[in-house]
Amino acid sequence: MDGTSQKIVPPAYERLLADYRTLPGIADELLDASGQVRPVWHGFLNELAAFSPDDLEHAFARGNQYLRDAGVFFRHYGPGASTEREWPLSHIPLIIKRQEWENIASSLMERADLLEQVIADFYSENRLVGEGILPAGVLAANPEWLRPLVGVKPKSGHFLHFIAFDIGRGPDGNWWVLGDRTQAPSGSGFALETRMATARSFSSLMNHANVARLAGFFRQFRDSLLGLREQDGSRVAILTPGPLNDTYYEHAYIARYLGFMLVQGSDLAVRNGKLMVRTVGGLKPVSVLWRRVDSEWIDPLELNDESRLGAAGMTGALRSGSFTMVNAAGSGALEIRALMAFIPKIAQHLTGKPLSMPNIATWWCGGNAELDYVKANLSRMLIDRAMSTRLPFDHSPQAILSGRMRDGTPVDPGWIDVHGEDLVAQEAVSLSTTPAFSNGKLVARPMSLRVFLARTPNGWSVMPGGFARIGSSGGSADISMQRGGSVSDVWVVSDTPETQDTLIASSATGYLRPELGSLPTTAADNLFWLGRYVERTEHSVRLLRAYHLRLAETGTADYPIARFLGDHIARRGIDPDTALPAQLLQDIESAIRSAGNVRDRFSNDGWNALVDLKNTARMFASKVQAGDDAARAYSILLRKISGFSGLVHENMYRFTGWRFLGIGRSVERIVDTLDFLNSFTDEEAPIGAFELAIEVGDSIMTHRRRFAVETRRETVVDLLLLDDMNPRAVLNQLRVLNDHAAFLPAHEGERTTAFQRRIMELVTALSTSTANDIPSDRLAEISAEAGGLSSLLAESYLR
Amino acid sequence: MLYDIHLEITYSYEAQADAGYHLLHMQPAGIDGMQRVIASSLDIDPIPPERIPGKDFFGNQFVSIAFHDPVDELAFRLRARVERFAPPELLDMSPGLADLQREVRQTTGMTGDSPVHFTGQSPRIRRVSQISRWANSLGCETMSAFQAVGAVCSALHSEMTFDPEATAVDTPLETAFSNRRGVCQDFTHIAISALRSLSIPAGYVSGFLRTIPPEGQPRLEGADAMHAWVRAWCGFEMGWVEFDPTNNMMAGDDHVVVAVGRDYFDVSPVKGTMRTAGAQLSSQSVDMLVVDGGKN
Repeated sequence: MDGTSQKIVPPAYERLLADYRTLPGIADELLDASGQVRPVWHGFLNELAAFSPDDLEHAFARGNQYLRDAGVFFRHYGPGASTEREWPLSHIPLIIKRQEWENIASSLMERADLLEQVIADFYSENRLVGEGILPAGVLAANPEWLRPLVGVKPKSGHFLHFIAFDIGRGPDGNWWVLGDRTQAPSGSGFALETRMATARSFSSLMNHANVARLAGFFRQFRDSLLGLREQDGSRVAILTPGPLNDTYYEHAYIARYLGFMLVQGSDLAVRNGKLMVRTVGGLKPVSVLWRRVDSEWIDPLELNDESRLGAAGMTGALRSGSFTMVNAAGSGALEIRALMAFIPKIAQHLTGKPLSMPNIATWWCGGNAELDYVKANLSRMLIDRAMSTRLPFDHSPQAILSGRMRDGTPVDPGWIDVHGEDLVAQEAVSLSTTPAFSNGKLVARPMSLRVFLARTPNGWSVMPGGFARIGSSGGSADISMQRGGSVSDVWVVSDTPETQDTLIASSATGYLRPELGSLPTTAADNLFWLGRYVERTEHSVRLLRAYHLRLAETGTADYPIARFLGDHIARRGIDPDTALPAQLLQDIESAIRSAGNVRDRFSNDGWNALVDLKNTARMFASKVQAGDDAARAYSILLRKISGFSGLVHENMYRFTGWRFLGIGRSVERIVDTLDFLNSFTDEEAPIGAFELAIEVGDSIMTHRRRFAVETRRETVVDLLLLDDMNPRAVLNQLRVLNDHAAFLPAHEGERTTAFQRRIMELVTALSTSTANDIPSDRLAEISAEAGGLSSLLAESYLR
Repeated sequence: MLYDIHLEITYSYEAQADAGYHLLHMQPAGIDGMQRVIASSLDIDPIPPERIPGKDFFGNQFVSIAFHDPVDELAFRLRARVERFAPPELLDMSPGLADLQREVRQTTGMTGDSPVHFTGQSPRIRRVSQISRWANSLGCETMSAFQAVGAVCSALHSEMTFDPEATAVDTPLETAFSNRRGVCQDFTHIAISALRSLSIPAGYVSGFLRTIPPEGQPRLEGADAMHAWVRAWCGFEMGWVEFDPTNNMMAGDDHVVVAVGRDYFDVSPVKGTMRTAGAQLSSQSVDMLVVDGGKN
């Protein structure tokens, strides 16, 4: 092939392809070897060519806006702190013909079946080693081959259920497997979002192009997992390492999309050999666990004693065969690079024929003949750790490229001799290029495909497209997302229209009634604190607004009422002398952190409202002035908080999770209200304190209508403590709590929980009192009793 | 030799510890031709609601226990009667180090006693360059594998001081090595690291040591608690040999084996910790006494 050959481009998209340059000796997805546009691209290019530069910009913006609204991000670990990054979308999809895709799919199914045989052998008789096909040392040194699991047969009968392959096209136009992802591959959820975003950009093009849909793949896998459950009401759960993981967004997204419970290690427990999830209704059985955590972290007892991401005893539960783990613990043993050197031989040995799609040529340097060959061909070799699970283009710091170390010095062949068993060599690959958009023009960028396979009762199902990595520059080395690469959609197109297929449309399992009480305790705890932090923020904002209004009225902080309020605010840990105090921002951050822990239970609108609140507060922090300016800023923040509360409380389904959010809000409001009542109705309080209480309690109008008299201590206490019609009053909020608590799952052997009993005691005390019965010391007692609600809740439901 | 073994391990927690899981490797092993367990019982106080026996990858018996509720004290009491047979005279049939390495590469077994599991790194033993340099300075390249094991263990014994105050259970082996002080666990880990750096497969043995020596012989170091020593693979012909670097001797009829593994991680007597906010105290006592009527 001669990449410098003439491009033969139809005039319609000459402008589009003016800068499109393929590289000599490298295949291209858009142009064939003779420089002709491949037929499968014609439809897309024709329509794309009709876009004006403005149209294109709008199309891309629609896709980006979709991702931003959906809150799609991945976490990036750089030097120093980790940050959330926007999803790096490359807007131009890779287009593949259906017939070619069918070949890819069947080749990968064949490889998946082979890998299943290999991993089954690794964890049973080890005949591949025994019969001399695989050196014992390669398996023994494999860090993902977990000895405590040898001899453990997976309950489902299979080790592999959900895997991925990274594949690339070589210079000869054939596909090569670059990596086997059998541990807990990520990207399928991102692929769905990438598809949605690309569809926003090119909706009409997509409708005309007969693009294969992705939803059917997920439906089949969901139904397969549901089919693996025990018939005992047990659940399917997805185990995530938590929000600090780089792909947590995807875990939450998939849990929400498939309707499975998302759990962290601390939610799980093993009891009598069975896997259980701690929920607000007690321990409930889990019979299928889809882990998104690497195997060695699932059990601190037998696998890695430093892990906090799993549950002690999980290995024992697997030994007793009580649940299905997807993929089986230890399945990552197939990912090491050295194994690729033996896969061709293993395929021949087990199936009698070579695989129809080979992996890239690989040599383990522990064998004498291989070592000699590698040393003789150093210039076209990439040498790296034998046990590396990275992709070929993702080099470790010790990698040797074309005979040179990373610092450019030539490698000493003697060094390779000494470390042979720890090294593997792979033929340096040049991946094919595909169009990406850069500065208004299409350019050729290297790409690799990630293809997902899911096991169903009828065999492997292959996700039709969805995920390609696109390099940021001409070289294959920059294809990793962490290094500035991006991701594009992959369209598998056929000549005939596809049938519509979404996850919502139909389900083989019928309607699943959501179950109350199956809320994991971690999620409940986070929702409770989210409710508290948002309410706390609102209360602080009301206090601060009142303070700055007083400053604006008097022009000084030196009046008794302003000083008094300033002291009260300072006692809450907030510095009133800063126009927008840091503590307020911290409470908002805390709310976001809690919300981030329960992304799977949260609408995007609610999330965006919270992020908007944070951004607005940050922006104000850098510019508002004390006094009137600040008071107005706080009014804006109040409206944004109300917006969030409205979105959540009006639109959230009344699951148990919503109740915990509501409980958090009410508990915080009760505590905050009692706090300022204690302060503002104190005998020492200056003139104006009663009015202040009514103002901060957002009850000015109500007070005016209920009491035709001046504001007095009795009217304040009546309105904000004892009035069960006023949603700002403690008694009213206690009744709200009582209603919520009635819906929480009852525990065995208890008619009411300690949390419920405390609420009832307080309700009784307040509903039988009048304002005159509540002097300052009684108010302090009530505060102390209400202050215990939070820990009683934890004791009753969150253990 | 007939022994009665008593082991007591206790924990007490300042704050009540949360529910916990443990894996116990405490009971003497039955090994054909080497030792026979006549009776063995393990009492756990409080009685755990879950107690399941099992066999691990390396062939060791273990007991897995769980507590569902918090505990503030925990005690393990083992009583066992074990017959330890006198070891046969060993003939050195081991190859030199280069040939040994070749034999390891030819191994096609993956079961727990295959030498392939005992080379390179393991959970508690990383490569330590100062230990490798030290091992390489001992002149083992001209020796048989068996001689090399003896040379490494003897050299270590003469350079290291037995000192229970110098290290804790989680002290890294490089620290113990650079101070040349430690207990049997440190001696054993350093010896394993050194042997592996010479390409001799080496593992960890946990067990008990006779408390009172035969008349006229010195008391052995490490008899007050569970003991540890080294096993090294000396080729297909000779197989595994056991050497006690703390006492500079082959493991013999003063030693009773509990478990074997790659390092302490595989065989620790009580694996798994209670989650507790406060401090914890632990104690361990061991007696291994010759039964009257047993030949001395």
